[in-house]
Amino acid sequence: MLKLDGVSKTYRVGAFGGGELKAVSDVGFEVGEGEVVSLIGESGSGKSTLGRMILRLASVSSGTITLDGRDISSIRDRKEYYRQVQGVFQDPFSCYNPVFRADRVFTMIKEQYFPRAGADEWRTRVETALESVRLDPGNVLGKYPHQLSGGQLQRMLIARAVLLDIRLLVADEIISMLDASTRIDVLNLLADLRARGLGILFVTHDLSLGNYVSDRTVVLRHGKVVEMGRTDLVFGAPAHPYTRSLLASVPRLHAKWTDAAPEDMVEDAPCAYHEAPQESRTRPGLAEIDSDHYVACAGKEKA
Amino acid sequence: MALNVTDLRVYYRTLRGEVKALDGVTFSVADGEIMGLAGESGSGKSTLAKSLIRLDGRMRHAGGTVELDGREMPLSDDRGMDRFRFREVSLIPQYSMSALNPTRKIGKMVGELLESRGERPDRAELERRLELVGLSGDVLDRYPIELSGGMKQRVVMVVSTLLNPSLLIADEVTSALDVSSQKAVATTLLGFRDRGLVTSMMVVTHDIALVYQIADTIMVMYAGRLAEKAPADVLVTAPRHPYTAQLISALPEVGVRHEDRRLTGIPGSPPSLLKPPEGCRFRDRCPLAFDRCAEQPPFAEVAPGHFVACWKAE
Repeated sequence: MLKLDGVSKTYRVGAFGGGELKAVSDVGFEVGEGEVVSLIGESGSGKSTLGRMILRLASVSSGTITLDGRDISSIRDRKEYYRQVQGVFQDPFSCYNPVFRADRVFTMIKEQYFPRAGADEWRTRVETALESVRLDPGNVLGKYPHQLSGGQLQRMLIARAVLLDIRLLVADEIISMLDASTRIDVLNLLADLRARGLGILFVTHDLSLGNYVSDRTVVLRHGKVVEMGRTDLVFGAPAHPYTRSLLASVPRLHAKWTDAAPEDMVEDAPCAYHEAPQESRTRPGLAEIDSDHYVACAGKEKA
Repeated sequence: MALNVTDLRVYYRTLRGEVKALDGVTFSVADGEIMGLAGESGSGKSTLAKSLIRLDGRMRHAGGTVELDGREMPLSDDRGMDRFRFREVSLIPQYSMSALNPTRKIGKMVGELLESRGERPDRAELERRLELVGLSGDVLDRYPIELSGGMKQRVVMVVSTLLNPSLLIADEVTSALDVSSQKAVATTLLGFRDRGLVTSMMVVTHDIALVYQIADTIMVMYAGRLAEKAPADVLVTAPRHPYTAQLISALPEVGVRHEDRRLTGIPGSPPSLLKPPEGCRFRDRCPLAFDRCAEQPPFAEVAPGHFVACWKAE
């Protein structure tokens, strides 16, 4: 459905815009219908920039992003695009105007996209959308943002996206500001939406969250893909030393860092990319070492 | 005993009345103990950490005592607390990134700070301590803007522990960092204790998995009260308070997939602390609640070193 091909983003930096900063370079992956792809990386890895490019909030410097084969930058009517692709971001509190009731986000959708919908018909639609994100309409409608919890506000934003019959949801760190007890509900909700055929790009820095919900995983570092493919392969048999060191740093509940075998930390393991046969290098800079499991060269990258 | 807190109450003054953010907490931290303090937003964990350092204008010390190494700390006396701050009890703030003066070089700022406490700055010692956290002495001649977030965090950690405080409070120090710097910062904290730079430590966090890595004991707070305190292993493997148990089972771990095991959150939300309900505050969300929960359960020791505030835990 959504396909990224050799996507790069360059920012002009410095006093006179003389310097160049490559935030994302040559990234390619797909998000299919009913599939959750998690995009994992540390700060500065370009994961949010990718999300913003898919949402057309940032322009693409080179490469193409296509939705059903159509280049998204050629879709003139932005409304038509946003009917299909929507984003939800990290901070639910700043997405609402504290002066107005929280359900104003639904009214704004109605005014912009469905001006001719009748009041009764619209109320039923809003209620269905709220129920699909497991919120009780009576509990949240008519309330002000400060009367609702972060998890409720975040789920209302997802409901707002669902109202549009979207096909792709870009979820950029949507649960990092939520408490542990409500976090998992929002994650489960993403899984429910996936079951309804929605494609989801789940941008996160938290490996355990990405692992819990996603079908495929893309690990980014300094704007480049270091490893990607089926989640069970990327997490179960990480081939790139960066993925391995990330996994080793994740705090776990039943294993301490000190318990990890020191062999895991050895960084001079042979490079999986160069060990793989020539014909497996099916994507630029990536070798397919297993079915749907790609890895980049582990050699020292130029900073 | 390094720290003894008895029935501490700290309220926030608001226009609509007092918010009982810390409503009668009693616990102690032993010498050499690293205690993780976990809880969700609004549980009072940051209020507890702040109370031990400095009450800001909205906070009121409504009762209870805090003893550090046998001396009572005058919480509501800002001047009197100065004798303790930095020397006896020190804080690594949540936003370390903004804790440094942007107009001073790091070295000069640290020098001025030490002079204000009547101490002579010792550059060699400062460099040795920076080395412990993996920074070179050069950072002393740099401005904060020249350092990365992780580096600033480590500079602040060094500054906070310069006078070898008896109690160090680390308030959400890892929340804003990447996984790999999180690990570095957490192990540095552990190193401070192991090298004897600080005697005991309170690590405030919302991330139980992270604090489990370094803490000896973990204390869980809920809605301004203590829920459970136990050795880290016990708390994670055999929690006795229903809130702790549900919180821990709601954490996704690497290796747990949605298809294999669907985790569940805790329905409902914490009560308002403006007018907190009588009895156990977790009652409304608790699957085990029964009649007796209308009465506040004591924070009782059910096993050596294992305290639980729940009628069902006995």
